[in-house]
Amino acid sequence: MIRLALLLCLMVLALFIASLAVGPTGIGAGEGLAALVAGGDGPVPLIMREIRLPRALLGVMIGASLGLAGAALQGYLRNPLAEPGLIGVSGAAALGAVLALQTGLAATFALGLPLAALAGAGAGVILILLLAGPRGGSITLILAGIALSALAAALTSLVLNLSPNPYAASEIVFWMMGSLADRSMTHVWLALPFMAAGWVALATLGRGLDALTLGEDAAEAMGVRLTRLRLILVLGTAAVVGAATAVAGAIGFVGLVVPHLLRPLVGAQPSRLLWASAMGGAAMVLAADLAVRLVLPERDLKLGVLTAIVGAPLFLHLIYKTRAEMP
Amino acid sequence: MWGFVRRFRVITLGVALAVAGASAMADPAPARVVSINLCTDQLAMLLAAPGQLISVSDLAADPESSAMAEEARAFPVNHARAEEVYLLRPDLVLAGRYTARATVAVLRRVGLTVAEFDTANSLSDTRDRIAQMATLLGREAEGAALIARFDADLAALQATPGDAPRAALYHPNGYTLGAGTLADDILRVGGFANVAADLGRRGGGTLPLETLVMADPDLLISATPLPGASRSEEVLVHPALEDLRAGHAALRITSPDWICGTPHLLGAVERLVEVRHSLSEVGQ
Repeated sequence: MIRLALLLCLMVLALFIASLAVGPTGIGAGEGLAALVAGGDGPVPLIMREIRLPRALLGVMIGASLGLAGAALQGYLRNPLAEPGLIGVSGAAALGAVLALQTGLAATFALGLPLAALAGAGAGVILILLLAGPRGGSITLILAGIALSALAAALTSLVLNLSPNPYAASEIVFWMMGSLADRSMTHVWLALPFMAAGWVALATLGRGLDALTLGEDAAEAMGVRLTRLRLILVLGTAAVVGAATAVAGAIGFVGLVVPHLLRPLVGAQPSRLLWASAMGGAAMVLAADLAVRLVLPERDLKLGVLTAIVGAPLFLHLIYKTRAEMP
Repeated sequence: MWGFVRRFRVITLGVALAVAGASAMADPAPARVVSINLCTDQLAMLLAAPGQLISVSDLAADPESSAMAEEARAFPVNHARAEEVYLLRPDLVLAGRYTARATVAVLRRVGLTVAEFDTANSLSDTRDRIAQMATLLGREAEGAALIARFDADLAALQATPGDAPRAALYHPNGYTLGAGTLADDILRVGGFANVAADLGRRGGGTLPLETLVMADPDLLISATPLPGASRSEEVLVHPALEDLRAGHAALRITSPDWICGTPHLLGAVERLVEVRHSLSEVGQ
């Protein structure tokens, strides 16, 4: 277990440094890192501190958030298909964020944007839990997710199409697919408090989720208060997914792929899967963001495109397996 | 090389005018003209006889895009949709070469005459477009007068001599305009070198914020924010860009004067000449 933690740690660290070293201007890795730490005059420290650092930090924060939220939702629903992007939670968060931006709430009140996204994500999680609670099957969960995703996407498009700003309508793809391009430290500070609170909340769920693997009755017999667990799950997921979506759009499949790959390595224990998925998610988003910049640097390729290319085949595989298990 | 190109252009323009002139003699000037493109809207408003132009596109009346929004209010607007254009029973439809392609195709199928205008990519293209519009509308004399006035006004705008400071155009989504664009030519005539063109960019495209900061331009020209919120415009207030603005001259522009090849682009040139002048005064 310690070996896995160390390995994931090293992976995240290496990808973080690579993320700082890659950019359109050929700043040498050593020169760039020295400028990042030591500062100084000229454009290099400015580029490192104001452009590349926030991008790398957001990659870690958003990846960890999505991985953690995916692992927690899957643990609670005992369903490997639960993922914030697929079940519409990210989409609902994007709708909240777009509403805050277009109504001017985000401009008048600094925390308006993340709070609105959080409210959207929270409403999404609650809807999904109501529609496909712990006793609902995979099919119910996926159907509920499809409906919520479609509704959130349609309303987001509607709000952006109604905007007086001619650029707004062209941003539909950003809100659906996500991107870390040209984010700043402002976005890091905006998202960090909500994410940190959500991480702490979700991390406390480990013991309860472990007990839940034995069934709800057994978990309650072991002293797990299910209503409290559900409340923390909703709030924690809403906080991390809401904050991530508010600054980088909806990035799908991270919470699906990462827990799936790591589950066998942690002995299928939900409490261990939580921290492992957080680190694995950070690595995946950093790697996807690196690929975006290396493969088509001129095109502002969206992050969600890459995560979907990796994640969708896996999703199909999981559905196929689920189908095989059903009578 | 350039001398040759220019001469060649003049010759082709001459041939085009001769051919168009011959056909204009055969057909009377169109009596009902509808324009469905922002740039042809403005050229037509400048040149058409009273009553000849019966509709312009909705963009022509939008002050965020059009340099002639005020004048456009006198005309009924269309939205470049085939059905409404057809119902106006035009003799001639004016369209851009690259916009509303589907509309143009349908209008031609139902037998309307559609004249397409190429995008003006330089000040000399602008003169050609004015001549093209004048010929189509049967207003050659007005066209020649407008070109003469354009030339005289341009000659009066002399940029401060000396080394050209380096200017960068930076629009929402990090969009910039490189060599071979109208904006590039406007910058050159206004006495500035275009950073994007120096970086080897041709045409329009995005410039990474990092590359812009590294290029360290003397003048940063960016669009004025539009009403309503958009993520595309967020990059214009990025802390790294604010740092750049703090160290150098910055100019906020509204785009109408920069978009179309019409005499209104001289307004943009005039602003640049003023900024260039004040920069060299600071330099001294």
